[in-house]
Amino acid sequence: MQDHLSLLLVVIPLVAAPVAAVLPQGRLPWFVALMVTSACATLAGMQLWAVVHDGVISYELGGWAPPWGIEYRIDVVNAFVALIVSGIAAITLPYALLSVEKEIPDHQIPLFYSAFLLCFAGLLGITQTGDIFNLFVFLEISSLSSYALISLGRRRQALTSAYQYLIMGTLGATFFLIGVGLIYAQTGTLNMMDLAERLPGVSGLKTIHTGFAFIMIGFALKLALFPLHLWLPNAYTYAPSVITVFLASTATKVALYVMVRILFTVFPNGFVTATPAADLFVLSGIAGILSASVYAIYQVDVKRLLAYSSVAQIGYMALGIGFASAMGVTAAIIHLFNHALMKGALFMAVGAIIYRIGACRMENIEGLGRQMPWTFGAIVIGGLSLIGVPGTAGFISKWYLVLAALEQQAWISVVVILTGSLLAMVYMGKVIEALYFKPVTETNIVVKEAPMLLLTPTWILVIANIYFGLDAEFTVGVAEHAARALGVVAK
Amino acid sequence: MTHNLILRLVSKTVIPLIIVFALYVQFHGDFGPGGGFQAGVILGSSIILYALVFGLDAAEKVFPSTILRLLASLGVLLYAGVGVVTLYLDGNYLEYTVLADTQIAGQHLGILLVELGVGIAVFAVMLIIFFAFAGRGRP
Repeated sequence: MQDHLSLLLVVIPLVAAPVAAVLPQGRLPWFVALMVTSACATLAGMQLWAVVHDGVISYELGGWAPPWGIEYRIDVVNAFVALIVSGIAAITLPYALLSVEKEIPDHQIPLFYSAFLLCFAGLLGITQTGDIFNLFVFLEISSLSSYALISLGRRRQALTSAYQYLIMGTLGATFFLIGVGLIYAQTGTLNMMDLAERLPGVSGLKTIHTGFAFIMIGFALKLALFPLHLWLPNAYTYAPSVITVFLASTATKVALYVMVRILFTVFPNGFVTATPAADLFVLSGIAGILSASVYAIYQVDVKRLLAYSSVAQIGYMALGIGFASAMGVTAAIIHLFNHALMKGALFMAVGAIIYRIGACRMENIEGLGRQMPWTFGAIVIGGLSLIGVPGTAGFISKWYLVLAALEQQAWISVVVILTGSLLAMVYMGKVIEALYFKPVTETNIVVKEAPMLLLTPTWILVIANIYFGLDAEFTVGVAEHAARALGVVAK
Repeated sequence: MTHNLILRLVSKTVIPLIIVFALYVQFHGDFGPGGGFQAGVILGSSIILYALVFGLDAAEKVFPSTILRLLASLGVLLYAGVGVVTLYLDGNYLEYTVLADTQIAGQHLGILLVELGVGIAVFAVMLIIFFAFAGRGRP
């Protein structure tokens, strides 16, 4: 069991997905998914513990030794990301039961959970694998299933936004594959560790630089890094509530993980700063934080507002990567975790509103704060965390990010990070104003608080936001450990 | 389609041949060119030809959508299941060597079963996609 830990994380959801697809309608598919995600969250916790205490885990698929066979190679970085993905999935599933029954037609529910499990398996596979082509395969598994999941949204726009994501996502995946192909042509290997050994010898070649650029652009598309974020607002707005929660807190995080892994482990250290990549990350981070936050202010749909806010938050992480310092990458990984918590909580709370009134435009939610006090509370605390108020998880990420920027004497970045917080205050203020300070509309006066099954997972994440804001030892410790494992050295 | 006598006669003769060829590609795939994916596509195309000539309803009588969904899942499960069996036999995931007494027999059996899983899944998914598109606009 212990030996196969890293593998079971991927295989269990992969086996459960086809099973869920053929189960009869009813709550059985949900139950299977619930069991699988809880089991995976436990296994991911054990895996992180094992990696922290006993060092790197290497698993040879099919018994073929790397670099010929596929290797799963787990260090603190991917163990941490795997824990985020499976933890969020395990918290989302209890929430999913009612929300999915409300939003998805009955006959599609087994297929919904099947696609969800496939997406889950794909995301976990991306984090586990140490083989860059295997990573592409898992990327396709998770992407294809997420297109299907997004298209299941209630409104017809879900179809076009899923299609838009499909085009952009496929472009991203193709670019990644072209990049991998070019690098394979020069090095003759696909194993990440083997690549790390061979790339320094050929890192001056044009082919390698081209391949690097293709991989970065490809994953920037999947990551929705500004200005390649155009698919994200639509996809998040029109996807079923549960899927928005899940994708917002896991899919972009996994894409960011791949970015960090390729930049700092696969490519030789200093490659990112020797090429314009580092500056581009900082530039796109700055532009993303400012423009996406301003866009968020002008949104009238709360889900869309939060989606633009996600683009801005991805900008913070890009900033951290762009500094290319141990501190910067630590900050990016801390924010990766904290952002999963805050966006998870916020999208869940908005999902609870949608569960009750079927919409989440500003004019629909007026005065709902008093009808749904717990949901409102979750939005307030999630919003405070997003702004970065001390005592919430968001503060920790902003703090480390500012420290990293100061270390680089990147004054503009410091100003941008703080401006981003102010802008977040404005757009979250808008939501809170509509929810609480506007008088209750006649249709909303009868609305009751969301059911416990929706509130409990939401509040678990809200409390996590506060807990990790007060006690940052775990996140910061793991993130620093992760930055060391990636082998990031100071600029 | 009722009057296309030649088409109907030729398809009736050709479809069994296509199926046999699909089985050949499937089970000879570990010695020659071929394998589960190709075999699944060829087998699927034989049913698609049947549907084109004799109508969608006739084809769906042979393979109703519930059966196809079962088959698609079964294919994936067969593939993943072989891996799980190797885990039980103290091997790594998909380490076929432990499936039989000798290494060669084990590898042979493993790849045969896995490719069969691929073949079944590809066949079923091909038909699901075809029926989904061809069946649009029907009540």
